Amino acid sequence: MIWIDVLVQGILLGGLYALFAAGLSLVFGIMRLVNLAHGDLIVFAAFAILLITGTLGLNPFLAALLAAPLMFAAGWTLQRFVLNRVLGKDILPPLLVTFGLSVALQNGMLEIFSADSQRLSVGRLESASIDLGVVTVGTLPLLTFASAVGVIFVLNRIFYTTALGRAFRAVSDDPTTASLMGLNPKSIFAIATGLAMVIVTLAALYLGMRSNFDPSIGPARLLYAFQAVIIGGLGSLWGTLAGGAIIGVAQTFGAQINPEWQILAGHIAFLVVLLIRPRGLFPRAVD
Amino acid sequence: MTHSVTTRTRASSIAGIAALALIGVGLILPAFASRSLIQDLFFILTMLTLAQLWNLIAGFGGMVSVGQQAFVGIGAYAMFAGVILWGWDPVPAILLGGLAAFLLAIPMAFFAFRLAGAYFAIGTWVIAEITRLLVAQWKTLGGGTGTSLPREATADIIGVATIADVFGLRDAAARDVLAYWLALALAVGTMAAIYALLRSRTGLALAAVRDNDNAAQSVGVDARRVKWTVFLSAATMTGFVGALIYVQTARISPDAAFSVTNWTAYVIFIAVIGGIGRLEGPILGVLVFWGLQTVFADYGSWYLLALGLLAIATMLFAPRGLWGLIHDRTGIALFPVQRRLVTTEPNKT
Repeated sequence: MIWIDVLVQGILLGGLYALFAAGLSLVFGIMRLVNLAHGDLIVFAAFAILLITGTLGLNPFLAALLAAPLMFAAGWTLQRFVLNRVLGKDILPPLLVTFGLSVALQNGMLEIFSADSQRLSVGRLESASIDLGVVTVGTLPLLTFASAVGVIFVLNRIFYTTALGRAFRAVSDDPTTASLMGLNPKSIFAIATGLAMVIVTLAALYLGMRSNFDPSIGPARLLYAFQAVIIGGLGSLWGTLAGGAIIGVAQTFGAQINPEWQILAGHIAFLVVLLIRPRGLFPRAVD
Repeated sequence: MTHSVTTRTRASSIAGIAALALIGVGLILPAFASRSLIQDLFFILTMLTLAQLWNLIAGFGGMVSVGQQAFVGIGAYAMFAGVILWGWDPVPAILLGGLAAFLLAIPMAFFAFRLAGAYFAIGTWVIAEITRLLVAQWKTLGGGTGTSLPREATADIIGVATIADVFGLRDAAARDVLAYWLALALAVGTMAAIYALLRSRTGLALAAVRDNDNAAQSVGVDARRVKWTVFLSAATMTGFVGALIYVQTARISPDAAFSVTNWTAYVIFIAVIGGIGRLEGPILGVLVFWGLQTVFADYGSWYLLALGLLAIATMLFAPRGLWGLIHDRTGIALFPVQRRLVTTEPNKT
């Protein structure tokens, strides 16, 4: 019985990891850019939400609604004025710029917000649960998972049914030809990063409500996000959700056996998948 | 008319002589330098070696690793294991550090090379994290809190008594001198080896693989072999450096030995600021880094924030770093790897 419970908790935790991963996957899919500061941007967004709840006395959900456009602007600016300048055939410059950004963000947040653990408080929702007969699940984890499903559904709709999505796919396939058709790849990239930051804000909201956060936890979130993307297979957003669930389940099972093994178990699961399915479970893209 | 291919230039001949003179000065320096200077130089030399090794795999080989801390950490822990578990002398135990790093590099390369392009970077980071978590489970070496080298082991390291006698130093200072000499040997050996590699056929093959994997293979370069060789060699050397650093520190913990900031972020910043893809870059970079460290290290996170921003600014405005700027203005290359055709007119006598 306990194992069913552990399994369900793991899958729900995977929803959070899928939220971490969706933004990373989006940006990589469109411009082959791996943002090493992705985890730190999630933590940054969590602090932004915290700041808004503190100053305006708002509920975290409403605060996230306010933070989202700000994060969109931050992502747009970052892409337009920094990352676009280093994108190219050579993968080294964008990696090093985002790595520098990761270190700068971490230490900037450390100075401004101190190393203290913080949390987004949502009162009763934190401990609320729903009895599903076989297992009892927390309302918050369930909401997180539902949001992950929602985000991936919406992203897929954007990708395959809107003009913006067509532009995304076009600049992803061939920026030069896309620009001949009247698109400006650089502004499409900026919109994509802005959109990724909106997802990051949502991920930050659930991260902050679920557990404590402090400026140093960004890189670990990046690693979980990355593992979810790779397990799922590049280019498949639903695969990313599955990848997140696999990491989540591995972690909850590991923790059940020995609390010290929680993180390690997630990493091992990643290696096993990389060993037997190097291209992930549901590969779509060629590169 | 005769033709010959050479990499030698006037500047490189002068640089070669200057380098030999500098090494000579470096060797006899402990006779008159203060202990704090020796410690500073130890720091500079070890960071320089790490930066050159990262530069080799990332700058020359195109394999951007963010997991170098894995090799520093495992090298240091293997040295500790040799000393604490098997009673080795710390200095020969450094060899264990290199061996352990080599052994770790095999699975790391196996997994990370499966990852496309830029995801290689995060892949190496994941393996480094896994290694840190596993080492933290190693209870006999202190688990998550770490441990120190036993006093008996550090007290009679071979050679320290002799150094103490010759220079009239106390044991602790003599240990610093020994560590400094080893760091000097590692730095010089690493740079000489990298320079020799870059001027060899393998060096050309490496550059070809970095610039275009497929094109390199089409002209007969065994891309996999070149990448594996370079990655494993760099990892082994990084393991030596890690072990040496912790012989000097004599106190270890997983968080410090596997610190991504100390052993990868700093190292990348040194290479980026000095100039990626050139041997001169990290030399210049480490001097700038040491200067910044000396002046601003008290500012803690502000300092790291500024360093991160400086690295971003360098990549945006001078992607080939300080040495790139100097090279563009003057054309000087102290360690040229570019092959030039030289034509000599026959003597008309």
